[in-house]
Amino acid sequence: GGAAGSAAEDGAPPAPERVLFPPTFSVSEIKNKQRRHFMFLRWKQQQRKEKLAAKKKRRKEREALGDKAPPKAVPKTIENQREYDETTVDPNDEEVAFDEATDEFAPYFNRQTVPKILITTSDRPRGRTVRFCEQLSTVIPNSHVYYRRGLALKRIIPQCIARDFTDLIVINEDRKIPNGLLLSHLPDGPTAHFRMSSVRLRKEIKRKGKEPTEHVPEIILNNFTTRLGHSIGRMFASLFPHDPQFIGRQVATFHNQRDYIFFRFHRYIFKSEKKVGIQELGPRFTLKLRSLQKGTFDSKFGEYEWIHKRREMDTSRRKFHL
Amino acid sequence: MHSDDVVWDTLGNRQFCSYKITTKTQNFCRNEYNLTGLCNRSSCPLANSQYATIKEEKGRCYLYMKTIERAAFPRRLWERVLLSKNYEKALEEIDENLIYWPRFIRHKCKQRFTKITQYLIRIRKLTLKRQRKLVPLRRKIERREKRREEKALIAAQLDNAIEKELLERLKQDTYGDIYNFPIHAFDKALQQQDAESESESDAEKEEEDDEDMDKREFVEADDSDLSDFEDMDKLETSSEEEQEEEEEVEKKTSLSRSKGKNPLKGPARRKRPYIEIEYEEETEPTTKTKAT
Repeated sequence: GGAAGSAAEDGAPPAPERVLFPPTFSVSEIKNKQRRHFMFLRWKQQQRKEKLAAKKKRRKEREALGDKAPPKAVPKTIENQREYDETTVDPNDEEVAFDEATDEFAPYFNRQTVPKILITTSDRPRGRTVRFCEQLSTVIPNSHVYYRRGLALKRIIPQCIARDFTDLIVINEDRKIPNGLLLSHLPDGPTAHFRMSSVRLRKEIKRKGKEPTEHVPEIILNNFTTRLGHSIGRMFASLFPHDPQFIGRQVATFHNQRDYIFFRFHRYIFKSEKKVGIQELGPRFTLKLRSLQKGTFDSKFGEYEWIHKRREMDTSRRKFHL
Repeated sequence: MHSDDVVWDTLGNRQFCSYKITTKTQNFCRNEYNLTGLCNRSSCPLANSQYATIKEEKGRCYLYMKTIERAAFPRRLWERVLLSKNYEKALEEIDENLIYWPRFIRHKCKQRFTKITQYLIRIRKLTLKRQRKLVPLRRKIERREKRREEKALIAAQLDNAIEKELLERLKQDTYGDIYNFPIHAFDKALQQQDAESESESDAEKEEEDDEDMDKREFVEADDSDLSDFEDMDKLETSSEEEQEEEEEVEKKTSLSRSKGKNPLKGPARRKRPYIEIEYEEETEPTTKTKAT
């Protein structure tokens, strides 16, 4: 009616630049929900077909060109687009190497101390947390679980140091699930506070293997690139004894991705020199660093090396700190 | 209406008193000046023109008194006396101020004062102990973190990463002689050797044999250290050593090719090259064992 008329009128004066389309309706303007849904699905299918056709065409062109084809475009990922962090550690950096030779973990890496871990919880742990602590102590060799009877951490720490413990792990519990981990390196080492999430106990892991044995596992630390990440990585490394027993074929992995540290415990077997099979045993959990404090646990007077400040640090989606 | 009995009769029994709370077994009085907290004839501050209470403000206790002389002046009705911090002295002060007052009020005042001091002591003790800090969760942020964690998990591709790392370590020989795989790096290096000029005479080989003895020990010691460092700490020299190793071992393989088996590394290497090693059987059990 009117729309067609106006189109005819506009078409009369020659205006070659202006291209006129018949008035289309968009799918979202249909009032009837069923019909709208149907039309939307049809539109989606059409889009998919067009996309597929475009892909095929591009592939044909690429094959036709053969060697002269332009190289494939690398898809953008968050890891690709990550904002460059100026504290990224260069493996050849002498300053970093010197720092590490003289920091609190140097005695461990010089093999002067043997790690001895104390695992405890917050007050009145529920069953899940207790079981998690037990499983964690099977994963980490030379570790002991103690029940926390309302003792103050500040009093526990001198006692631990007197008994030659090198690390203290406190699992914080809230609403019957463990949700926080405090890792403190004992002879006045740094204290890291993590938020723990997706904790899976051994019985919840599908297709799991048998119990972890007493062999010392290997460690894999992935993606700890910045200075902060480096020190956290060393902290994790110092939990495990230096010499892994390869006959045990167990490996503990701390994998950092976008500031989330995933912990997994596997048993591996080499099927050939190019294939390895891994089987997950042991608990799994995810950590996110909340704060790193110099010195042992002291929340009031401690000197914080790094605190996660949400308003300042979470502004960019492509900026990660570890 | 200043007759106490009339007031009590009205408020306490018949009409509505806004401070009164009734429960199944008892009546309570919400009045802030009430001495016992119950709604009684003798504890109602409205129905007694001579009344006293103990109230606590910021850790200090005060004795509040009301007399019938000041009943007409609501502003000056309640007289306040600060009690001493010392418990016994305060009790004496109460006695002193409430001398000639009814026994009930004196007794109840002292009881209330005792209770208050006890809870003040407990507060002070508790603040010295560990305090639980409650950190409120923010729903939006929790949801965002959860979502980001899931995406990070997908992006991490953990299994692949772990497998790759383990294969890397196998290639770099951190496992020593536990696994007997003919590493294809040998073949590569072999091909390299063949592709190079074959003028590399035995003289060279013999020279290098002696060096090999020394180098071998040096290299292996370093290996066990390297296996414990994380990825970033791996020094660049490791790649050079690896190449040296490959050259050594491939010489072995080329010499004992006749047997058709690749010799074990480790103790086998230390022996002279032309002795054939018969460790055939050891390869089988490792392949037979399955992952448990």
